[in-house]
Amino acid sequence: MEIKVLFMIIIYSVLIQNFVLSRFLGLCPFFGCSQRISSAIGMGCAITFVMALASAITWIVYTYLLDPATSIVGFFTEGNGAPDLRFLRTISFILVIAVLVQFIEMFLQKKVPSLYRALGIFLPLMATNCAILGVAVLNVEGFTAIGIHTKLTFIQSVTQGVAGGAGFLLILILMAGLREKMELVTIPESMKGVPIACVTGGLMALAFMGFSGLSF
Amino acid sequence: MQRTLVQEVTKGITIENPVFRLLLGLCPSLAVTTSLINGLGMGVAATFVLICSNGMLSLIRGIIPPKIRIPIYIIVIATFVSIMEMMMEVYTPALHKALGIFVPLIAVNCIIFARAEIFAGKNGVGRSMLDGLGAGLGFTLSLAILAGIREILGDGKLLGYPVMGQSYEPILLMILPAGGFFILGFLVAALKLYDLRAEAKKSVLLASNP
Repeated sequence: MEIKVLFMIIIYSVLIQNFVLSRFLGLCPFFGCSQRISSAIGMGCAITFVMALASAITWIVYTYLLDPATSIVGFFTEGNGAPDLRFLRTISFILVIAVLVQFIEMFLQKKVPSLYRALGIFLPLMATNCAILGVAVLNVEGFTAIGIHTKLTFIQSVTQGVAGGAGFLLILILMAGLREKMELVTIPESMKGVPIACVTGGLMALAFMGFSGLSF
Repeated sequence: MQRTLVQEVTKGITIENPVFRLLLGLCPSLAVTTSLINGLGMGVAATFVLICSNGMLSLIRGIIPPKIRIPIYIIVIATFVSIMEMMMEVYTPALHKALGIFVPLIAVNCIIFARAEIFAGKNGVGRSMLDGLGAGLGFTLSLAILAGIREILGDGKLLGYPVMGQSYEPILLMILPAGGFFILGFLVAALKLYDLRAEAKKSVLLASNP
């Protein structure tokens, strides 16, 4: 049962409800970081890593600090029960993600300076990437597409983080490949840049709609 | 050259339109624009956060150490988003449900960060709030245009009322994700075409009477 659910989460996050093309999360790097395949791979891997880590940490924060049903804060209130801190969800998640991104930035600067330079401004901007906060919120709100309306378990959350990141990486690489080819094509002056990328994205979204036949 | 207070508002709608000109905040503009009411709701919510965060950040701009300004911006913006989310949950539960995950995601909307970084960190409270209002109105208008086109073409309705007549066959594609990409791409291209035409006209005029 558990394995089947995990498998469904992976299929849905990568193909059927892709984070970029079907849920519209993380469009900024999709348009901004898809000029070259090499930087697309670097960006996709960095986002996958942050999404997986953020899924794990935000799940722990939400479960053990914010949600009154499972919170450990209750131990310190001398029998008055745990306070309902769920209204702090957005703020605490965004702080966790900002700290994570800062950490990765420092790590890359020291260990992989070439990737650090290639990602440029998009690295600090990951702190405000909708895909990362999005997956954290989706984890605690449940996965309605496959009938889970409550919070996901820890394993499911991390799976959704990794799978969502993998879907993102896939789209980024496909898009970068298409855009490298498109540089050799004559395009009307007004369609150059973002407009043609939008239309390409639309066509890719159409193609990915075909995967909805996989749903079970 | 100092802008007038009215220009402070209108620039957000025209020359610095967040969606069509600066290409910021694309995720919500594509995700929630399947119907006009959702687009407007999103726009108003973001406008509220923009005005509040711009005003607040401008008020405390003197005491924010420049090195850690981004985390401070994040916290202030996320606070206002939480307030807005709670109000929405109580007063407009249907809209809150329709917008779903994109309500908390206003906290990571690039438009709000851009206005904080570009404007509120350097200008007075009044002007910053007007700038927030302008950018918010520009965002709302862009969403309304996108959502209006998508709802009319994809559903044959506007705000739930049929406008295209009985015989109209809705183009379902337009309310699917792909339609959002297409409409946005063609609208940005149309604006760019208009700019190019205007520029060409200007250079012709300059060449004929120097």
